[in-house]
Amino acid sequence: MKVSLFATCLVDQFFPQVGVSVVRLLRRQGCEIDFPEQQTCCGQPAFNTGYVEEARKIARHTLKVFADAEYVVLPSGSCAGMIHHYYPELFAHEKSLLHQAERFIEKTYEFSQFMVNVLGVEDVGARFPHRVTYHPSCHGTRLLGVRQEPLTLLRHVRQLELVPLPHAEDCCGFGGTFSVKLGDVSAKMVEEKVENILRSGAEYVVGMDTACLMNIGGYMKRHEIGVQTLHLAELLDRGLNGQEAPE
Amino acid sequence: MSRTQATSNLKQRFGQALKDDFLRQAVKFTADSLRGKKETSTEAVENWEAWRDRGRQVREHTIAHLDFYLDQFTREAEAKGTRVHFAEDAGEAVRVFLEIVRDRNAKRVAKSKSMVSEEIRLNQHLEAAGVECVETDLGEWIIQLAGETPSHLIIPAIHKTRAQIQALFERRGRCSLTPDTAVLAGFARRTLREVFIHSDIGMTGCNFAIAESGAVVVFTNEGNGRMVATLPKTHVVMMGMERIIPTLADLEVMAHLLPRSATGQKITSYVQVLAGPRQSGEGDGPEEMHVIVLDNGRSRILGDPEFREVLHCIRCGACLNVCPVYRQVGGCAYDSVYSGPIGAVLTPLLQPETSYELSDASSLCGACAEACPVRIPLHDMIVRLRRRNTEAGRTPWSERLAFKLFASVFSCPAAYRLAGVLGRAAQRLTVGEAARRTWTDRFTGPMREWTRHRALPEPSREAFRDLWKQLAQESDRSPKSTDSDIGGNR
Repeated sequence: MKVSLFATCLVDQFFPQVGVSVVRLLRRQGCEIDFPEQQTCCGQPAFNTGYVEEARKIARHTLKVFADAEYVVLPSGSCAGMIHHYYPELFAHEKSLLHQAERFIEKTYEFSQFMVNVLGVEDVGARFPHRVTYHPSCHGTRLLGVRQEPLTLLRHVRQLELVPLPHAEDCCGFGGTFSVKLGDVSAKMVEEKVENILRSGAEYVVGMDTACLMNIGGYMKRHEIGVQTLHLAELLDRGLNGQEAPE
Repeated sequence: MSRTQATSNLKQRFGQALKDDFLRQAVKFTADSLRGKKETSTEAVENWEAWRDRGRQVREHTIAHLDFYLDQFTREAEAKGTRVHFAEDAGEAVRVFLEIVRDRNAKRVAKSKSMVSEEIRLNQHLEAAGVECVETDLGEWIIQLAGETPSHLIIPAIHKTRAQIQALFERRGRCSLTPDTAVLAGFARRTLREVFIHSDIGMTGCNFAIAESGAVVVFTNEGNGRMVATLPKTHVVMMGMERIIPTLADLEVMAHLLPRSATGQKITSYVQVLAGPRQSGEGDGPEEMHVIVLDNGRSRILGDPEFREVLHCIRCGACLNVCPVYRQVGGCAYDSVYSGPIGAVLTPLLQPETSYELSDASSLCGACAEACPVRIPLHDMIVRLRRRNTEAGRTPWSERLAFKLFASVFSCPAAYRLAGVLGRAAQRLTVGEAARRTWTDRFTGPMREWTRHRALPEPSREAFRDLWKQLAQESDRSPKSTDSDIGGNR
């Protein structure tokens, strides 16, 4: 099975280890991975701020880059959600591009969605002897409908204690440019998210989106809170590497 | 939180609200409690999702044929002796109301909850005309006595403390009370009874207007709606033109959806279906009944396919209770009778020139659409409103330039790569261990908004695309090897 990795701009620039983990995990399942180097971004930052022409320009480029891919996998529910939910609206008035977008959507998956629903993998064979809580990112769950898949993968990790996150489905406050336009409101939102993470008693907070994790992690770091943020793929990869010695 | 803040901008208003700890606690408490009750009551309905679908269908059909149903409603209502008035805007609605007041030489109006009347600021206009106007919904009355705007769509006074309410009541009654619930409620009951009995006109809102029978339906919990609609000689209903449903059978769908979504009740304490004034042979009811149907921008929304669905709203407030932004600031900060996600969409549509900023009040999490009993895609509409703001040139030039640049760089791989290299180099200089705080504290603008509360991500020397070359070799060596440490774990 040939999979093209759409790393997303955030992973490419700031969290490359997430991309490395995704590649390794998919290879273990026998996938042949390809990274089209012309890729950049899905266009979401512009689209969500109201700059639709600008978003379309980037989305058009993305369609071209992945035109020949068999499957496209993204380590982000938000970017996959952008493609699934908003690309049809973005190209509604350009027939040929709309057709291309529809084909792109059919073959595009968020990482955990691809693992569980396409590859049929629930247990990657990882071991992670820690207390972990899961933050379900809004776009992954509500735009894309990925709810159970990350939990399924986590539940099969040996020695991992999955603890519930109070008010789990509440937004972490990131929201793209929202976090800098109404920075103080956004900060109160992430403050509440972090309070709930602390209440859960977890050592790690895991998610399917680096953007949310960057927000939550950035807040915890600034406030010297010791809970670690980790992308789901990174956790599974670490759990396979034997980097997590039992305590 | 008074109306005087109308001139301030969104950021200032929200910033002000963030400082009000009591308000924020009260909003969170109320939102959580309503949210919990909604969950419990909807889980008990086996086919809740099917009811939502049906509700959406009813609303969609009605709005698509609104001209027909408004016409039918008018004919049926007038056949039962109700006078139906159409008002194109707030000014006309106020004029119609004042005419009714003058013709009857009315001195006092008793009101039950009506959001539309707040939309057109009826109370202020009545007072300016020398007519006493008393809100009789307990929460609305408290807000009126305090001279404030509602902090929640259906529970307007959540931000007032017991002591504040006591003080407001003591001033109103020129008496001394205790903060005891029974004492405060007793005072309200005694005072408001007098209002019901001695008012010339009773005014109610309208949850639904049934086209086939010309009847107006009002859902209430306090009983004040019944007093207002039956005791005064004249009953005036004020409704937005989209409140119509075709038949009594459709009311069953709405009665399933509205109370559960609003307060988690199976049904409200009172549901009135009011078809016309007192008929000959009937023992009670008003002598005359008027319905003022308000447009005030709704026709414009109806003709706008991107936003028409917002007219499906049944004003339950469920979107407020799940909104993470509303949760932090409460309703007053929206400076509109409609707050939360529905306010962030509806208010800019009704008043595009003054309220366009409200579409920024969202992290686009989509919780509102998920909670909406008639499935209005509020988060999609917020994005569309933002697009209209950029199209109308309402966004700052620096932002427009930034996104032009973003689009050019991110649609050109070579430029993107270069920007990445430069960006990460700058990041290493500014947010590396040594220099972090001293540098980031000097940031201004959007960057500062981030770094004031959050650290930036640790700089990464290499982009994923740089690591990819090594990763490709790893694959050649052994497809299952995962033990090498490319890029390193942070």
